[in-house]
Amino acid sequence: MAIAIRRVTKRFGDYLAVDDVSLAIASGSLTALLGPSGSGKSTLLRIVAGLEHPDEGSVSIHGDDATGLPPQKRGVGFVFQHYAAFKHMSVRDNVGFALKIRRRPKSEIRDRVGELLRLVQLDGLADRYPSQLSGGQRQRMALARALAAEPRVLLLDEPFGALDARVRKELRAWLRRLHEEVPVTTVLVTHDQEEAMDVADRVAVMNDGRIEQTGKPRDLYEHPANEFVMSFVGPANRLGEAWIRPHDLEVRHEPNGSSTEAMIERVVHLGFEVRAELVLDDGRRVAAQVTRAEADELDLHEGQTVFVRPSRTHVFSAVGTPPGSS
Amino acid sequence: MAARLGLRFAALGYLAALLVFPVGLVFWRTFQHGIGPVIDAATAPEALHALWLTIIIALIVVPANTVFGIVCALVIVRDNFRWKGVLNAVIDLPFALSPVVIGLALYLVYARTGWLGDWLVGHGINVIFALPGMILATIFVSLPFVVRETIPVLREVGIEQEEAAWTLGASPLSTFFRVTMPAIRWGVTYGIVLTTARAIGEFGAVSIVSGSIAGRTETLTLHVQNRFQSFDLTGAYTASVELALLALITLLLMTLLRKETPGGDSDSSGHEALR
Repeated sequence: MAIAIRRVTKRFGDYLAVDDVSLAIASGSLTALLGPSGSGKSTLLRIVAGLEHPDEGSVSIHGDDATGLPPQKRGVGFVFQHYAAFKHMSVRDNVGFALKIRRRPKSEIRDRVGELLRLVQLDGLADRYPSQLSGGQRQRMALARALAAEPRVLLLDEPFGALDARVRKELRAWLRRLHEEVPVTTVLVTHDQEEAMDVADRVAVMNDGRIEQTGKPRDLYEHPANEFVMSFVGPANRLGEAWIRPHDLEVRHEPNGSSTEAMIERVVHLGFEVRAELVLDDGRRVAAQVTRAEADELDLHEGQTVFVRPSRTHVFSAVGTPPGSS
Repeated sequence: MAARLGLRFAALGYLAALLVFPVGLVFWRTFQHGIGPVIDAATAPEALHALWLTIIIALIVVPANTVFGIVCALVIVRDNFRWKGVLNAVIDLPFALSPVVIGLALYLVYARTGWLGDWLVGHGINVIFALPGMILATIFVSLPFVVRETIPVLREVGIEQEEAAWTLGASPLSTFFRVTMPAIRWGVTYGIVLTTARAIGEFGAVSIVSGSIAGRTETLTLHVQNRFQSFDLTGAYTASVELALLALITLLLMTLLRKETPGGDSDSSGHEALR
């Protein structure tokens, strides 16, 4: 295990930020900590980095107990949401900072910085200052800076959170490729489920300071452990005790066995898929997702009456469901 | 457009009438009878001593208050403790109190008849009517400037750059010199300029604790007052001009320093955050 978090608890005054969390992260993996704001995911990441100290529990990195170690001695690279660029230093000096601190020879620093800048595609911008870079460039510089000292683990705290949607998508794909090139164990904190599913090979879903479920992105989506994961990872409808993914709701013109009558309130075109927002005969609202071909075939339009039937439902027992997550 | 011109006129007119005109008049009056009398007045032993004393006091007070000011600002912004509010209020005390009161307070503590003075004088240390008292008084009145100018910049900069430096392996001390100081340097610089101006120009508190003895405990400001009261107008004007020149040199040094720092002007978010 690259990182082993054991029974970690952290309070800020009366507020319980992390509540008895244990998590093991495998070497070379790219793990996402996914959760809404205030779920404790950033605090947990900062505890791993040594920027916060747990009230209880322990953290070990590559088998060494790191609980009492300052951030300087943990061998971690950390990337902040707002870049934390050293504004008074050039890109070159930012990236070379960790090596300069370690008093490496100048020629070595120069070579390594050049190599890192090529890796993050910033070669040619070495003499600029952070204020002369775009957000995406700044974040790539921050990544190169974090990688300079060859950290044992790389920790990314909402790294794309401050960027616009297009740049965010580009950087996601780029991060994935970078991880293949430099396979350092990486933990990424995000509140964006799409980002977590896209980039990570394992996802830990957090809520109210606890981990609700850990697994491969697909497993979380297909087999959510509870209502919170069901509703947070991907879209979901709730019908009584049952939860249904919008694409698991069949839409027909004619009634079919157990189907329910519904009126289409709105049709939303999402590109390849079409989402129909429906009002059931008892007044409840659900969403159904079909392919564009199906939508054309059914000629879905607002005000139309259709019949829907769930093809797959998820039912969770109340036991172990966190309060207030429904 | 007319409104903007009006505002500009009001602002410039105000400055001209209240600041530029009177100060300009001092310069004009000083050199009214040519440069000869000015050189004579400036090179009189008492005037030279006053200039030297003013510079010595500034050279001790400014570094002391700069170090204290940065430490204090760091404690107030980054630490959380019970008496933080009290510390924050106490730092402003020199702004709230008249310098004369500060002078009197120091007198009460350090004079021969005072609270600590008896013991100190018994051990051969003279504070009142001597350099130590003048330094104490000047430190007291110019204490808040660096703290007050540094705090908003420190808040604005935030702690993330420092945290990044820690994870990159920089020790706390190394982080302070490589990351924190460069980030807050314009706030600190402005605080130093104000501290220097205040230290050079201080009159009330120093006047009480120094006794204003010509050639011994007379700073430039006290020298202006003494010359003025002895109807030696040229002497008073000359010393005034010296004071103004000292202030000008300080400003000039700071401006030069700012120009020579790389990447300095592009990210000077500091100045908008100042008061």
